[in-house]
Order: sequence, then structure tokens, then C-alpha cells
Amino acid sequence: MCKNALTEEKFRELDSYVDTLPEKHGMLISVLHRAQGIFGYLPKEVQLHVARSLNLTAAKVYGVVSFYSYFTEEPRGDHIINVCTGTACFVRGAEGILKELENHLGIKSGQTTPDGRFTIDALRCVGACGLAPVIMVDGKVYGRVKTGEVTGIVKEYAEV
Amino acid sequence: MSAYRMHLLVCGGTGCRASESKLLAENLQALVMTAGMGREVQVVITGCFGFCEKGPIVKVLPDNVFYVEVKPSDAEEIVSEHVLKGRPVDRLLYVEPEQKGKVSSHGEMPFYKKQLRIALRNCGFINPEDIEEYISVDGYQALGKVLTEMTPEALVTLMKKSGLRGRGGGGFPTGLKWEAAARNRADVKYIICNADEGDPGAFMDRSILEGDPHSVLESMAIAGYATGARFGYIYIRAEYPLAVHRLEIAIAQAQQMGLLGERIFGTGFSFDIAIKFGAGAFVCGEETALIHSIEGERGEPTNKPPFPAESGLWGKPTCVNNVETFANVPPIILKGAEWFASIGSEKSKGTKVFALAGKINNVGLVEVPMGIRLREIIFDIGGGIRDGKKFKSVQTGGPSGGCIPASALDTPMDYENLTCIGSMMGSGGMIVLDEDDCMVNVAKFYLEFTCDESCGKCTPCRVGNKRLHEALTRITEGKGTMADLDNLKELGAIIKDTALCGLGQTSPNPVLSTMKYFWDEYLAHVVDKKCPAGVCTALLSYYILPGKCIGCTACKRVCPASCISGEVKKVHEIDQARCIKCGACLKACKFGAISKK
Ligand SMILES: Cc1cc2nc3c(=O)[nH]c(=O)nc-3n(C[C@H](O)[C@H](O)[C@H](O)COP(=O)(O)O)c2cc1C
Ligand code: SF4
Ligand code: SF4
Ligand code: FES
Ligand code: FES
Repeated sequence: MCKNALTEEKFRELDSYVDTLPEKHGMLISVLHRAQGIFGYLPKEVQLHVARSLNLTAAKVYGVVSFYSYFTEEPRGDHIINVCTGTACFVRGAEGILKELENHLGIKSGQTTPDGRFTIDALRCVGACGLAPVIMVDGKVYGRVKTGEVTGIVKEYAEV
Repeated sequence: MSAYRMHLLVCGGTGCRASESKLLAENLQALVMTAGMGREVQVVITGCFGFCEKGPIVKVLPDNVFYVEVKPSDAEEIVSEHVLKGRPVDRLLYVEPEQKGKVSSHGEMPFYKKQLRIALRNCGFINPEDIEEYISVDGYQALGKVLTEMTPEALVTLMKKSGLRGRGGGGFPTGLKWEAAARNRADVKYIICNADEGDPGAFMDRSILEGDPHSVLESMAIAGYATGARFGYIYIRAEYPLAVHRLEIAIAQAQQMGLLGERIFGTGFSFDIAIKFGAGAFVCGEETALIHSIEGERGEPTNKPPFPAESGLWGKPTCVNNVETFANVPPIILKGAEWFASIGSEKSKGTKVFALAGKINNVGLVEVPMGIRLREIIFDIGGGIRDGKKFKSVQTGGPSGGCIPASALDTPMDYENLTCIGSMMGSGGMIVLDEDDCMVNVAKFYLEFTCDESCGKCTPCRVGNKRLHEALTRITEGKGTMADLDNLKELGAIIKDTALCGLGQTSPNPVLSTMKYFWDEYLAHVVDKKCPAGVCTALLSYYILPGKCIGCTACKRVCPASCISGEVKKVHEIDQARCIKCGACLKACKFGAISKK
């Protein structure tokens, strides 16, 4: 519940990181990386805060956030399911896996379930192409996934 | 590494870690300690062996025994049988599919026989988290040699003579690039290592960084000496956490030993390196976009000239090289330009690492001399096509490359030849496709990627690729016309000519090359409304074969559209007009009575 809250404490943590920077010029992307690590996502409030502390316009910060797919403005689920849709996985049936997952959770890739439990994301190559098709849940890699196994894997995380 | 009697090398690459190789290494270590052999036997976690398909891999030295698909629970048998009694564990040896014989020694495996490892020389051999191991295999000697024995000019001449060309895709001669950066006078210059590796399905750069990070650091310092730069950045994808971790360790160790930092080897030369993270944008692999990204800006490319060697990072002369390019540098300095130039083809010297993936038996990383034939890579090293299927095509160069047909399998692989047959070397991704792959669908896959990744700065790429993608979608849905085919060709050519950066200039390649070599498949989709490979759902029909159907009703019960009719023990039938082509009936039928055409 409070996982996504924008607490004072988190802003202070970000500020102390910014304070350690010897040079603020050109550090926008690094600061956004850190901010997303702290808050989990980059809502308007955080972007404005970053803009103020680096002396940049809000438009500039938003321009960068929206350019890079790694940055997200929406809060994410407790568990992140990444489906690799790189070429090696594509030719070994990644599309079917993604569809099965989308049907099972009732959301599309890039979305989060209404209860905030799961987010599905498509990702291009996690570098384990030998195990294609690959999905990654919270950083753990599952290889040679079959469509029939998808619900089972999700279940492992359903209660945690 | 010589103080020990025996080494157990356990692969710690991403592929093998996904199959619990870390636990396996821990188990081996614990068992070795329990057996009281901690001083004689060393367990080493290495980088990728390249044979990821059959991971996790364990190699035993000095016996040169190679185990595949090793589970954490196999540790016990390896220690009790092999380590203690000297009897290799037969059931874990690699079985060669062609001869069905067991192959125990690394060198005898067909997968390794035709390979020549220069860039990957230390991957799967040393512990990447220990600088001492890198030093024990002549690490940092090349840096020492150039700093104490060579002038920057002599170094540039040596690089030019070696014939090394950029491995990041463009194939620009590295020596010339260094020379240009050296010639431009400025108070500050930069070296950048491009570790953005955006081609989905290529993972050589990541494997080098994970398996041999010091070789990249050493080479960046060498490039710094050649060009007069004192600082370097490694621009790496945030999606590569393990590579980042190993790089951080490596940089700290090198700094501590004085191999990075002030006055290296007691000379007047100083060089240091920092890591910069990408944030998920393919176009940031392009060097001008990459530079903007390091500056904290949107990663949009800018026109060249000016080239980075004149005006790059913060407007200073900057030399951008790829990870694999850097990994080739120390051996060239230690063994000489002539040695390197004697390997490869006339215009492409040395070796290239390819990431073999797709419908091939031995998925993994292979390093081969330039000029080798595709056929040798796919059939001799790669072990041929999976499940006895027929080879159809190999895609090289990722989203910028093209699809090569069987008729071109004897082309010697080098930069010029690949471009000549409508593809590209690119970063070295090699995706093998078989008879079950639809070439129109493959082209559509790449276009989807390009549309996602276009930065949107120039119109030909932003809008043109969308139009290409729409036409391909129509074709795969059976709504394509002959006019669509003409448009694809014409628009493809225009985008190539007018886009601003390399992304747009090469994005039509997958479409154009498949149209050139697999025209029949396009015609089948457009004219006959059929997908010969049976992939494009909208063009498929499901039929019940009267001779095989026994009337079990299984299909009827699962059909979500209720479009199957028939009584128990009588032949069933599908109402084609209502069928939504979900394929549920095909899976449900236990008698093979449903066919998909
Ligand atoms: C769209 C695009 C993506 C690229 N991606 C990469 C990449 O991921 N890695 C890389 O090393 N070079 C990439 N390049 C090539 C770089 O622009 C640059 O040529 C290269 O890093 C130079 O190093 P090299 O001479 O050692 O190859 C890309 C180029 C383009 C146009
Ligand atoms: S070709 Fe594409 S990626 Fe390159 S500048 Fe134009 S829009 Fe951006
Ligand atoms: S493919 Fe699906 S909709 Fe068509 S007949 Fe079979 S089960 Fe029914
Ligand atoms: S393409 Fe999926 S892991 Fe490489
Ligand atoms: S990751 Fe282990 S062999 Fe490639």
C-alpha cells in the first residue's frame, strides 16, 4: 500500500545523493536512475523535484523521462514479469507466451493488475538466448518456457 | 593459477546462472572443502564458455574434461568420482548429436574445433572478479609495453597495420579512428566504450564484460595513450546488472593496483574510467546519440560531420569504440600487427564473435576467423537445425540486417560480402530460421522493433517505417495487394536514402532482403492468401480429416466459438465461417485428426 507513497524520507534520500555529486551538469539521467530506484517510479512530483534540484526546466526533465523506456511514470506491481521478445525468443514462440500471460492476468504488456500485484513488460533480450523463450520474474530467469507453464510460474508469486 | 593441482571452472555467465550455476559452484566448493582438498582443488567461477545451449557448463583442468547440463545436485558425483578418484562422470559428458559418441575433451568438440578465440580468449578461463588471474594471463602487459616502449604515433601505426575494424557494426578501421582523435588538438579528450548492445539476440559484448572486464579497461587506457585522452566512459545498458557489477569490481581493483589512475606504471600517463548507464533506447547505440545520452540529454542522433573525433562529448574530441573492438587490442600489441593481419580475409582481418541463436542445435557464442563460410558456422559449429527441420534462412545484423537464403550459404563472411548480399555484419547476431518460420512475419517483427525504437527526430524513419509496418501487417492478415508490395520496395528505398542516422538508413533491410530472396512467400500471402509456413493465423484454416476423426467430441467441447458440429462416434466438421482460428481443437484432438493449412 504505502510502497508507492512519496514520503519526505525518500525525497531526503534523493537530496543527499544529489548533494554528493561533485558536478551537477550532465547528471540528469544518473539522478533519474537513482530517483526511480528510490521511489519505484517517476511521477510528476518527483520530476519537478529533480528539475528544481538540478536547476533545469520541468520540460527538459519530462523530455528525458519520456524518451527512455527504462523510466516509468506509473507505479509498478509488486512483481514484475518481463517477457523477452528479442529475436531469439521470438522465433522460439515468445509471442505465444506473452499472449498466454496477458490472458491469464487480464492485462496487456506494459500494464499493472488492478490489485497492484503484477506488471507485465516486454523486454528485448536478457542475454540468455540459449534458453529461449525466456521470461524473467523479479530478476529470476525462467528458460525454455512452455505456454502451459505460464500459470504455474505466476502462481509461485501470487501469495508472496 | 598453478599452485593448485586441479581447477573446476564453473560458468557464471547469464545463461548458466539462470540454470543455477551459482548454487552448483557453491556446492562444489563446499564438497571440496569437506574432502579436505581446499588447497589442491580450486573452484573458479568464470565467464561464458559460449556453449550456453547445454549449460550449466563445468570444465575440469588440467584434464580438459567438459561437462554439460550440470545440476547443483551433480556436484557430489563430480567431487567423489572425478576429483577424488580421477574417473570422469560419464553421464555428464557432452554427446555429439551427429556421431552419438561422448566427447570428453574440450578441444575435440566440433563446436570448438573451428573456432579461434582472440576477443573471447579469457572468457570461460579466468575468474573475472580477480585481477590477479587476468594478470597471470599477460593482462596489463600490453598497456605496460605501449607506455614504456612506444610513442603514441607508433601505436597508431601498429593499429593501422593490424587492419582491425570496428566490431560495433560500421567496420571503420580502428587505427584511423584513433589517428583522427589524436590529431585534433584539445585540452581534454575522451574515450568511450560502447556497451549498449541493442541488437536483440546478440550478447557477445555482455559476455566479454562479464567474462573478461579487464581486457576492456586495459584497451581503453591504451586508446587513451594513443589519442591523448585521460578519461574514459563505459556506456552500458541498465539491463545488464551482472556485467555492471563485474565492471565495478574490475575498475576498483585496477585503481587499487595503480593500473588506472595517476601516473600509471610510474610514467607520466594518467587515465581513469567511469560507468554511465543507458536507459533503454536502441538508438543510443549510435555514437552521436550515445554521446548526448552521456551528457544527460535525450538520446537523439545528430548529423555527421562533425564526427565525434573532432567534436564529441562536451564538444571535445572523442573516440567511440565497441567492446569487442577493445577486446582485440591487447593481443595485437603483444603478438604484433602482422600476426593479426594474417588471420581473416583480404579486407576484414582477425576474427568475429557471432551470437548463434534461433532454430539451431548449438545456441551460443562462437568466435571464428573472418572469411569463414556461413555453412561452416551453421552446420559444423552450430550443429545444424533443431529437430531435423530444414534450413530456411539466417538473419544477420539484427534490425539493420537482412535475411540470407540457403543459396548464399557459401559466401565468405566479411563486412563487404555481407553488405553485398543485402545484409550486414552488424554486431554479430545470427538468428537461424527453419521451414516453420514465415519470412513476411519475420520482416514484420523487425519493423515493429524499428517503429518502437525510432527516436522520431526525422520523418522518413518516424513515419516511413510505420507505413512499412502497416503494409506488412495487411499482408500477414491476408488483406495485402500487389500495390502494397510495390510500395514496400519504393518506400524502403526512400527511407534508406533520406533518414538521418544509421537506424533509419538500414531499417528497411529486413523487408527488402526478404522480398528479394523470398518473393514467392510474399506472393503466396498476397495472391493465394496463404502462409506457406503456417504462421500467419488469419491465413490458416483448420480442417478435420474424416479418415482420422473417431468422433470423440473432444474438439467440440473445447471450441470457444462453438463452430464444430458432429455427434458422438461420427465424423465432426468445422464451420469455417465462424472459426476464430484459436487452435484449441488441434491441441485437444488426441488422434491427429485436425489439420492446419
Ligand atoms: C541504430 C544504431 C545502433 C547501434 N548500436 C550499437 C551498439 O549497440 N553497440 C556498438 O558498439 N555500436 C553500435 N552502433 C555503432 C556505433 O554508432 C559506432 O559506430 C560504434 O560504436 C563504433 O565503434 P567501433 O568502431 O569499435 O565499431 C550502432 C549504430 C546505429 C546506427
Ligand atoms: S533515422 Fe530514425 S532513429 Fe535516426 S534520427 Fe531519424 S528518426 Fe531518429
Ligand atoms: S480453431 Fe478454435 S474456433 Fe476454430 S474450430 Fe478449432 S477450436 Fe473452434
Ligand atoms: S532474445 Fe530472448 S534472451 Fe536473447
Ligand atoms: S552462459 Fe554459460 S556457457 Fe554461456
